[in-house]
Amino acid sequence: MSAASRKENHADKPDGFVTARLANHWFAVPIDAVHEVFLLNRITKVPLSPPGLIGVLNLRGRIVTALNTRQILGFPSGTTTPTIAIGIERGHELFGLAVDEMGDVLTSTRSERERAPSNLDKRWRDLVTGVQRVDDQLVLIVEVERLFEDVVSLVAA
Amino acid sequence: MDGIDDLLAEFITDTTESLERVDERLVELEGRSSDEAGDFDSGAMVNDLFRMMHTIKGTCGFLGLNRMAGLAHVAENLMDGLRNGAKLTAPITEAMLLSVDRLKWLLGEIESGQGTEPEGNDDDVISALKAAAEGKSPSAAKAAAQAEAATAAPAAPAAPAPAPAAAKAPSAPAAKAPPPKPAGGDKGEGGDGGERAGDSSIRVSVETLEHLMTVVSELVLTRNELTEIMRNDEGTTHKLALQRLSSVTGELQQAVMSTRMQPIGNAWRKLPRIVRDVSSALGKKIELEMNGSETELDRQVLEAIKDPLMHMVRNAADHGLETTRDRIAAGKPEKGRITLNAYHEGGQILVEIADDGKGLDIDKIKAKAVERGLVSAEEIERMSNEQIFAFIFDAGFSTAAQVTSVSGRGVGMDVVQSNVERIGGYIDVRSAPGVGSVFTLKIPLTLAISRALIVGVDDQDFAVPQTSVDELLKVEPGGAHSIKVIKNAPVLRSRDRLLPVVDLRGLLNMPGAVDENGKPRTADETTEGFVMVIMARGTRFGMLVDTVLRTEEIVVKPMPVVLRGLEVFSGSTILGDGRVIMIIDPNGMRSAASSTSDSSIQGGAAKQAEVEPELLRNSQLLLMFRANGPNRKALPISLITRLEEINLAEADQSNGQWHVKYNEELIPLVWFGDPPSADSKAKKPLLVMSDEGRSMGLLVDEILDIEEDEVEVQIPSEQDGILGAAIIGGRTAEIIDVGHFLGMASAHWFEPQIKKMRKAEAMRILLVDDSIFFRNLVGPVVRSAGFDPIMCESGAQALEKLNAGLRPAVIVTDVDMPDMDGFQFAEAVRKIKAFDDTPVLALSGLITPEAIEKARNSGFSDYVSKLDRNGLVQALLEFTRPTSNKDIAA
Repeated sequence: MSAASRKENHADKPDGFVTARLANHWFAVPIDAVHEVFLLNRITKVPLSPPGLIGVLNLRGRIVTALNTRQILGFPSGTTTPTIAIGIERGHELFGLAVDEMGDVLTSTRSERERAPSNLDKRWRDLVTGVQRVDDQLVLIVEVERLFEDVVSLVAA
Repeated sequence: MDGIDDLLAEFITDTTESLERVDERLVELEGRSSDEAGDFDSGAMVNDLFRMMHTIKGTCGFLGLNRMAGLAHVAENLMDGLRNGAKLTAPITEAMLLSVDRLKWLLGEIESGQGTEPEGNDDDVISALKAAAEGKSPSAAKAAAQAEAATAAPAAPAAPAPAPAAAKAPSAPAAKAPPPKPAGGDKGEGGDGGERAGDSSIRVSVETLEHLMTVVSELVLTRNELTEIMRNDEGTTHKLALQRLSSVTGELQQAVMSTRMQPIGNAWRKLPRIVRDVSSALGKKIELEMNGSETELDRQVLEAIKDPLMHMVRNAADHGLETTRDRIAAGKPEKGRITLNAYHEGGQILVEIADDGKGLDIDKIKAKAVERGLVSAEEIERMSNEQIFAFIFDAGFSTAAQVTSVSGRGVGMDVVQSNVERIGGYIDVRSAPGVGSVFTLKIPLTLAISRALIVGVDDQDFAVPQTSVDELLKVEPGGAHSIKVIKNAPVLRSRDRLLPVVDLRGLLNMPGAVDENGKPRTADETTEGFVMVIMARGTRFGMLVDTVLRTEEIVVKPMPVVLRGLEVFSGSTILGDGRVIMIIDPNGMRSAASSTSDSSIQGGAAKQAEVEPELLRNSQLLLMFRANGPNRKALPISLITRLEEINLAEADQSNGQWHVKYNEELIPLVWFGDPPSADSKAKKPLLVMSDEGRSMGLLVDEILDIEEDEVEVQIPSEQDGILGAAIIGGRTAEIIDVGHFLGMASAHWFEPQIKKMRKAEAMRILLVDDSIFFRNLVGPVVRSAGFDPIMCESGAQALEKLNAGLRPAVIVTDVDMPDMDGFQFAEAVRKIKAFDDTPVLALSGLITPEAIEKARNSGFSDYVSKLDRNGLVQALLEFTRPTSNKDIAA
């Protein structure tokens, strides 16, 4: 799996997405942005750390920064501690986006996706590049770069 | 040259690699420019090529390989032409490739010929290069070259092949074993290549080691998991095997880690030779001193700084040091000195390259920067010296008037900078005209292994770099050491010193930092735990933790980006059991030690500490107290030995002097205002100040607090014992004139010195310090030791007095002063003939062995701490002994 930069899709070739549930919403991130999916084990909390951060952990010799995705997206904190995370590499560093549950890999073509509804919260509209209906669920396609912009602004605050 | 020594073997490896890269680059460059894509940076590539040829030329020159040097020189010139805008043409590429081939062939010949160049010349290739430079086709020359290559054919293919193997051997990462002697040294069998080296070591790429490390970490994790499973499984049949697996895993981990470390001395091996060669080529006498060569660096880091170090040392020898004649004229020792220092400090590795030469010519740099259009003439006038020095790192920037074959092409410093910055380090330049320059490479520990104490607070572990821990003390109520509280600020007495204590729990805002009611829990007399005595940027403080678990070798991992704002941590590390823990940065903690009233660290304040280390150096810890009136009074903590509480009824009165029994000896008491009433039953706090076994006690009314601030007396005071008012911690406070009280107790304190001094007439001492506080602190001390101090607040003022005929026995100057610093002042003094023999002492708040060494090297007679009264008096006495004082004032 590589963390190659995303490309715009010109043809109607199906794209792969990794889906995950977070606070009763289903999200999808492009599969080529995902480094790997791992368990949130033995997290070290960092004193005085900025909000949006769960802690750091060791993933086969690499330090991973585990992000509290709920907090970053503005959800209330969940009742259980997240145990699984989507690993995303950014600037030679590995981040883990904590999620509640992993879903299936979703393949979709451009035509299957709809644009984010216009009544969506402004922040979310920037973040969500599209919506796709899968069975009865709406899956929100997330722009990973935007998500990190949110992380940075949260940390800097 | 007999046989192939270490240096040559290394040269062959390096040069083979460089030539390989030149080859690649040339081909790439050619390909790209024919693409007409136009969007690539050909400039950077040409620069690269130029540098590589420059390095080859330089090294060959030193090794006396004149054929190669000559050839590389012409090739370098050709690249220089490209750098200055000439167009890359096919003939140029061809000629360059031709020269690379010839260089490779020569290299092979040198390898098999035991270090000497083959007979013959390279006129054919040189003329091809020159022709290419003039835009002609090199075909004619090429034909000739091919002819020669053909005759050399039997030797040519054979030689290059064994070269890498033999040459690579000495630099291969042999774990802990000393580098094997290069096999090439065996003259007898060295001739025909074959299996000459590589028997005992091989070269492994760093990526391989990195990968190995990652895999080992994974293995450790798996082992731990297995251990965990086995713990719950009572079937013990597998236990023994697991134990073996466990220890083998640990050993493997150690071994893999150690493969990455090498002493910096390995990178210094070439330097003595280089210095010697520059020395003989330019007729300079140079002494090279190397300290800390055992400092271990990650191999990757070492590789990256190797060339920069070489360039910098060569520069120091070539440009930094004056010629012997100039040195003698400037009144300096004939022999120039280059000093290399390497050491760990606060999570970094510092490598200093210091010379005692003429210093950077700031006017020349300014002129050149303006001339090159880097900055406008108006702008440069507003720039600080540091900003101006930074121009020397610009590509193509050289202030050398002459381009010699040694250096002076403006190559080097930009390479140095880019190499150092690539590994996340930076270079600091300090220079004083006439005194010399110091280049400090600050390299992050990112890749290096260091020893750390693993400490625990509230069930969480942290690593503390062991290099910054001076001492470890167990604190418990009633034990040998216990925490005391002065107005909410925990302190610890240790070895006659009063240490501010930082409670890690409170500082990190750990869960246990507040009690059940949400109130902050502070350390006090009943606290049990450990205090690490830490030295950071000149300040000592204690750090309180619950437990100290063990020491461990840690591999420092950089801080995740989102956490870089936290000054209290310098990085993170993965422990042997796979857990991640944070590494505490003592320098970041230090700023927290000053604000004990506020348990959370001030991010802003800590950042400021990074930006303005100069300012911080002047700030100090002050004990705030009340005595004789409601005003806050302040005294530097460094002057206080102990805080005591005494019962005045126990004091002993005789001849108007009060004494109190303290540590089985009577010490004199001093006080503010009127003498205390003898029949008072009250207990009073006593500030004890000690010196060489002699002590005195200052009676005060109440101890208030500890503050850290810079002391700047704003309103001088007429009152006895008070220097004046200053703003401390945002509010006014009166600064104590310690000298006054020293005087009160001096009959006791300075007895021996005064007896000694009474014989001679009081000697004049010139004191230069920009801070009124220190002038007033040092002045009385000097006076009570029997000297006659004359105060000046700036170097300029002092020079005025000296020029007006003042002839002090000793000159004492602060090092850090605005406008004219101590070094500049000292140099100016040395220029005045009459003061040739006058000792000049440096006075500084910052005192480290390195600083002392540096000051000595820069012509100061001695280096004394501002707060070391006795040291200053001793130094003055020493320098005014009859043998050394020709200039006693009448």
